[in-house]
Amino acid sequence: MIEFFQMGGYAIYVWPAYAITAVALILTVVSPLRRRVQIICELTDVAAQDDANRSE
Amino acid sequence: MSNNSANWLTRFHRLGSPPSFYHLAGMLMPWVAFVCVALFAAGLYWGLVLAPADYQQGESYRIIYIHVPSAWMSMLVYAVLAASSAISLIWRMKLAEALARASAPIGATYTFLALATGSLWGKPMWGTWWVWDARLTSELILLFLYFGYMALVVAIEDKRTASRAGAVLALVGVVNLPIIHFSVEWWNTLHQGPTVTKFDQPSIALSMLIPLLLMAGAFKFHYLYAMLARVRVEILDSERRTAWVNTLVTQRPS
Repeated sequence: MIEFFQMGGYAIYVWPAYAITAVALILTVVSPLRRRVQIICELTDVAAQDDANRSE
Repeated sequence: MSNNSANWLTRFHRLGSPPSFYHLAGMLMPWVAFVCVALFAAGLYWGLVLAPADYQQGESYRIIYIHVPSAWMSMLVYAVLAASSAISLIWRMKLAEALARASAPIGATYTFLALATGSLWGKPMWGTWWVWDARLTSELILLFLYFGYMALVVAIEDKRTASRAGAVLALVGVVNLPIIHFSVEWWNTLHQGPTVTKFDQPSIALSMLIPLLLMAGAFKFHYLYAMLARVRVEILDSERRTAWVNTLVTQRPS
């Protein structure tokens, strides 16, 4: 197990490469998912506002 | 027969309309995510645990399983960007514009990863983080092309004009793709030559090739997922004043 993490002495190159990749790939997926929810929330607020204005 | 083909055409047409693509993408995404995670799990386990060490480079070669797929994707996504740009210029198709805008930041990410992981591989193998050789320089130019496209598209107020200007830039940048691919053959570079895409036979052992192909597949599905998610955001953003988006929002349980 320890041997695996040492990567034959190249751990300081191999693991950062994998870490950067993991972070970047996750961020490219998470950011549009969050943005979509954000837009829908904005639009829901606008729709609620319209309803309130109409009932006044 | 003619009725059939007409049906097929209308279906294709409808697919190109923003609301139906929005819904179709929403249905596809869980499946794409599932395949992507499965391919990553198999590719990582095979590549990091099962595959043997390289006889020259030892364990450091394992960076190949993220470096090469990133580099392939950086070029594939640029090809998608250019193709959808051409379609949007010729047919003024809104979906193609959304596809181009959605692809650019994802492609830039892969290009950045190819450069960063390459640097982390170059340090122990070549003794340097960076050299201004043909392969590395042309890949860096690719990153700047993506940045240029993204900056141009946000800089112009009118969305459709912005897409058209971006499309021209994307098409001009296509010349860089063959330069990247053949750079290791046209010039003497420090970067190693092609190992997988050689015409006669790949010069890589099968036990190393299989995990590499699994990872390449995982990256393709990652792009597909990220692209679908981004196209949905593009559609929602540009259609926010339309009736279908309004029903979509008001019918959601809050």
